Amino acid sequence: MAVAFPALRGGRRTRYQNGWALLFLAPWLIGFLAFTAGPMLMSLYLAFTKYDLLTAPKWIGWGNFGRMFGEDPLFLQSLKVTAIYVFVGTPLSLCFALAVAVVLNRGLRGLDFYRSAIYLPSLFGGSVAIAVLWRKVFNGDGLVNQLLALVGIHGPSWISEPHTALGTLIALEVWQFGAPMVIFLAGLRQIPREFYEAAQVDGAGKARQFWSITMPLLSPILFFNLTLQLIRSFQAFAPAFIISDGSGGPADSTLFYSLYLYQEGFVNFDMGYAAAMAWMLVLLAGAVVAVNFFFAKFWVHYGD
Amino acid sequence: MATERLTAIRDDADTRPATRRWAPSRRLLAHLGLIVVTLVMLYPLVWMVASSFKPTDEIFSQPGLIPRHFEPSNYAQGWKGVSTAFSIFIENSLFISVLAIIGNVISCSLAAFAFARLHFIGRRIAYATMLVTLMLPTHVTLVPQYILFNKLGWVNTFYPLFVPHFFAVDAFFVLLMVQFIRSLPRELDEAARLDGCSPWKIYRYIVFPLLRPALVTTIIFTFIWTYNDFFKQLIYLNDVQLFTVPLGLRQFLDSTGDSSWGPMLAMSTLALVPPLVLFVTFQRKIVDGVATSGLKG
Repeated sequence: MAVAFPALRGGRRTRYQNGWALLFLAPWLIGFLAFTAGPMLMSLYLAFTKYDLLTAPKWIGWGNFGRMFGEDPLFLQSLKVTAIYVFVGTPLSLCFALAVAVVLNRGLRGLDFYRSAIYLPSLFGGSVAIAVLWRKVFNGDGLVNQLLALVGIHGPSWISEPHTALGTLIALEVWQFGAPMVIFLAGLRQIPREFYEAAQVDGAGKARQFWSITMPLLSPILFFNLTLQLIRSFQAFAPAFIISDGSGGPADSTLFYSLYLYQEGFVNFDMGYAAAMAWMLVLLAGAVVAVNFFFAKFWVHYGD
Repeated sequence: MATERLTAIRDDADTRPATRRWAPSRRLLAHLGLIVVTLVMLYPLVWMVASSFKPTDEIFSQPGLIPRHFEPSNYAQGWKGVSTAFSIFIENSLFISVLAIIGNVISCSLAAFAFARLHFIGRRIAYATMLVTLMLPTHVTLVPQYILFNKLGWVNTFYPLFVPHFFAVDAFFVLLMVQFIRSLPRELDEAARLDGCSPWKIYRYIVFPLLRPALVTTIIFTFIWTYNDFFKQLIYLNDVQLFTVPLGLRQFLDSTGDSSWGPMLAMSTLALVPPLVLFVTFQRKIVDGVATSGLKG
């Protein structure tokens, strides 16, 4: 009997197990076709139609895309809001994450405590409870202004002023820098101590050590964190929805891309436009990630 | 892919720092800085818990933590809810989360076993396809999925929220398990194979039991993601009786305005308890899971 099952090692040819593989992969395969690939094709089609869920989709060619860039100031506004959120929030949270990770990597006592405490806000992430808390913290008479009052500053109602509302949402994102920090910390631990000792012998200062040893060796992880964070912040939804009561206000200053997509698709039932927006998001996020990947070769160093 | 590189960083029990320790004075400075950071991180959360025990006018007037008038009735009032008892929202959230967990554990481990251990035509292409789905923004499938579920008559039911999980849509967990299975010694299943075990038996009696650490990570994160998810629940559930915790909190916010912040914060605090209990229980696992795979929470 044993002869019938060839070993997988020793250069002997493997026997294909297509039948078994199909059985094991059936759930994933069905899921991929029914919930990912199928819907993607369908949304590509819908992106060129006008569809309200009740009457049949009507082909309008590039109409939806023309509307986005030609006659829909709200779309452009949502693009702007999301761009600010992504390009300000992501670098800020990564800087905090890296700085704290470098300090924590010094073998201080209480590492586990600091690491867990700083990670905790990330755990709750975009939950509604945290958005509710944030709304209260940055309210006119909320925690932030109560603390500012102690030093004699009279703060505004952060969430209802158009020029500060987006800032409070960025603050909420930055507050969750614990997750990238944990990833940085794991990466820093992998850098051999001997490198620093050798550098020290050669007379390299702390700054020089950071830029010549830490940064190059950490660059793959920085790149990973950057990619992950970019994809995530493009999709932010719950905090903006809760803090602005679903409106993206005040004065559309927190009209995130996904919030506007939700309004068009699931409040106005303009499914064709929402599908077009979804594809535009894929293109935009994909372009940002592609640019990120392109520049990676100039600054990301993979070891041998 | 970056993800695969990162899995090299697993299980480093060695706590030796990569760089030298600082001099005592600088260490003190570092501790002070870290304490300030920790305070900023935790203060809003602690303040939320403290405020949930304060009468409303006191929440507005002082940033301190100890309530002058202890007001546990916030919880009673919040629990009663606006029109529906909060316990229903919790039950619904737990129901969806448990089903999503069962689905992910079964379907993702089956797929992972095939990718890691079976030889079949098109394996590379299928695997690459799965990796690509990791990068897709969820929005691109949102509209057609809604239309699909609408056609099936599943809008305003729990089905859209857990059925997809039975079909391994969370590629992240498949990847996690593939990496884990690859780290298991092949000799184990080879021996079983020589004894005449079918792939099903190898999966069921050898790989699945050994997969436990990866399954625990999957369970924890499936729970937290499903429990915290707002978008899908907002889209698919209309009937208050079907509302989940996030929708319940939101309903609270809408109907009571800014007047009853006490009960509002009390229920928000309560909503954070299940993830918090998980975190305290599996702290090490969660943090390691984030470090090795980039799962976030």
